[in-house]
Amino acid sequence: MIPELGHFALAMALALSVAQAVLPLIGAQRRDARLMAAAVPLAHALLLATVAGFAALVACYAINDTSVLNVVQNSHSAKPMLYKITGTWGNHEGSMVLWVTVLALCAAAVASFGRDLPSVLQARVIAVLGAISAGFLLFILTTSNPFERVWPPAPDGQGLNPLLQDIGLALHPPLLYMGYVGTAVTFAFAIAALIEGRVDAAWGAWVRPWALASWAFLTLGIAVGSWWAYYELGWGGYWFWDPVENASLMPWLAATALLHSAIVVEKRGALKIWTVLLALLAFALSMLGTFLVRSGVLNSVHAFAADPARGVFILAMLAFYVGGAFALFAWRAPSMVPQGVFAPLSREGALVLNNLLLCCLCAVVLVGTLYPLFLDLLTDRLISVGPPFFNIASLPLALPLVAAMAAGPLMPWKRAELWPVLQRLWWAALVALAAFLLALALAGYRFWPALGFAAGAWLIAGAAADIVERIALFRLPLAAALARARGLPRAAWGAAIAHAGVGVTALGIAGMGLATETLIALKPGESTRFAGYEWRLDQVRDYQGPNWTARRAEITLLQDGREVMTMSPQRRFFPIGRTTTTEASIRTNFLRDLYAVLGEERDGSAVLRLHHNPLAPWIWFGGIIMAIGAGISLSDRRVRIAAPARKPAVAQAA
Amino acid sequence: MTRKRRRLYILLLCGIGLGTATALTLTAFQDNLVFFRSPSDILAEAPPPGRDFRLGGLVEAGSVQRSTGPDGRPHVTFRVTDGQHSIPVQFSGVLPDLFREGQGVVTLGRLGPGNVFLAREVLARHDENYMPPEVADALRRAGHWDPARGDPPPASGWNRLDPRRSGG
Repeated sequence: MIPELGHFALAMALALSVAQAVLPLIGAQRRDARLMAAAVPLAHALLLATVAGFAALVACYAINDTSVLNVVQNSHSAKPMLYKITGTWGNHEGSMVLWVTVLALCAAAVASFGRDLPSVLQARVIAVLGAISAGFLLFILTTSNPFERVWPPAPDGQGLNPLLQDIGLALHPPLLYMGYVGTAVTFAFAIAALIEGRVDAAWGAWVRPWALASWAFLTLGIAVGSWWAYYELGWGGYWFWDPVENASLMPWLAATALLHSAIVVEKRGALKIWTVLLALLAFALSMLGTFLVRSGVLNSVHAFAADPARGVFILAMLAFYVGGAFALFAWRAPSMVPQGVFAPLSREGALVLNNLLLCCLCAVVLVGTLYPLFLDLLTDRLISVGPPFFNIASLPLALPLVAAMAAGPLMPWKRAELWPVLQRLWWAALVALAAFLLALALAGYRFWPALGFAAGAWLIAGAAADIVERIALFRLPLAAALARARGLPRAAWGAAIAHAGVGVTALGIAGMGLATETLIALKPGESTRFAGYEWRLDQVRDYQGPNWTARRAEITLLQDGREVMTMSPQRRFFPIGRTTTTEASIRTNFLRDLYAVLGEERDGSAVLRLHHNPLAPWIWFGGIIMAIGAGISLSDRRVRIAAPARKPAVAQAA
Repeated sequence: MTRKRRRLYILLLCGIGLGTATALTLTAFQDNLVFFRSPSDILAEAPPPGRDFRLGGLVEAGSVQRSTGPDGRPHVTFRVTDGQHSIPVQFSGVLPDLFREGQGVVTLGRLGPGNVFLAREVLARHDENYMPPEVADALRRAGHWDPARGDPPPASGWNRLDPRRSGG
């Protein structure tokens, strides 16, 4: 019963989304207020229908309904309830349902909170979101129906991939999808502007909060994903330049560029066409990312051929939305009049440089990600593009970006002089130089990590210099400066905090550049010295979990003969699905991580891999700080005037 | 600053940026593309020395040996086969959870003296039924397995399989 209701809800949602895509659009074209007004209730009805479909799927998982194929393939009765529910979106079909639900949520948010938008613009934005929903719902219903029944019902499910039985799955995909879907909203705004043939400062003011929110969620989603990989995969790394990771990094880079160029549109009325193009690109990359991951194209071209219907549908949808959007762009963009003259050396100029470098970075990542695919298709040559490529190709672009990032916010609009800006930054440069030399001396003269420390210090000190300059600290009496600090717009605080967050992440990455590891086989009672501790293996014993059994090593760390902490890495065996995972044990003091992995056992001794990862947690703290900066910026009254009320996506996360 | 001048500057900047990105990509490609080779590929054509590549195939049954190196680090040696030829591999690290004899495996590293592959990374997927696509391709090229006919044959029989009889 529940699956049929869910299936019906999704079919209903498809009908509603088609209506949502068509009626308001016609209304906006004919200036028919009644048709345009249909957009708002339709968006709410669509939200209701998709939520009903999603809830039905969650219910199937929660009660472990083994007559549903999707549940049989991806769940099992012995799983803890949390993982039964999160498992709903741990597979292709379920994650697509989550995607459309979040999309409907955003459309409903535009409907509810966008009452101050001109009704024509609002109707068009909601219509475009409806069209996107329609495509995805059609995709779900025709090629990836999550409610397919099996008869007779299976005795029990086949279980969820143990790597996904983790709190990371509860957080990572929803966060990332909110980010992806946020780019759909800016895309819808861009399309609406193209249809209207007009982009003004007010448009920039509406797009910016959405770009900010989307960017914040992408940042958090990527950070959580990276952290998850770090502790769950047990390799001790945080970023592997894996195609699936790149698929989420590319929209992030585009969204970062969009976020900055939208400021120029809002404040100065310049860069309009470019901003519209970026909004299209960001969504195109989001879709590309979703599909590269979801269709299995990336693992292999052959896996793609395994389900031709899905692959072809995906390509057709990409071609339709992205191709259609770019055709519309080519047709309408020339009619938009550029405005806002500025000198190359100005805040606008700095933001153009930011956009340029981010887009180049994005292009490099795109080429590196897709090249193996094309080569395989065209020449049957199997290659892979690994971390060395991405490191070498992206570093020369990232360095000027970092250098300009601290200087940009200090430049005035329209026309700037380099010298006063450099004067304000001299102490930040000193801090960076000190960090560089200190890191060189302490870390044994290793250039690249030291450069990373310098970059991080430069960004944090640069952000501080920005605030110091704005509140005239040291130039005015302290009380006056504090009063100015209180009066400073939150958007300025948000920007400085987000930039400092990038600096914190840079410090974390630099710290990880100094990570050390060792591999050792120990018998119980034996010990080894590593990272300033004596690691003593006490015993390895069996351990019973809810739906797994494990071998658990118990390690005691001693410092100067005193026991300071214990660690217990595990190797877990999941009888359902017959898979094994390594569960790393991590002890952090926020300045460094101690990370232990239990390998295989033989002849009474256990192989242990031990890592010492300096500053590792800072990588993800930086991501959280960036998102906090975006949140503070979003709470700015000036940002809110244009798009009143909180961002709905934020409201949901809370 | 006229509008024309400004546009010129921006175009120039874009050109420089894109040019740099292209140049970077191409130079980085030149040195960092990691090719996939099967054991037969390596014996047919020696890979350029000092370059990393990926070696994939099945872990030959009965070939896994563990030892402890002079530095106290545990070592593993095994042979990777595509059914026609096999290459010895040496690795020092924690093997992935699903590393088994007879399972598909992809290793990253370079060829050392005596045609021993010195692996820096050993990748095996976390799904017992999953066959890395490169490995499947190597097996298919060696004429050992037609993916359309189902799962690959068990490895215990693999190493002695007669390529002519297996009918791939």
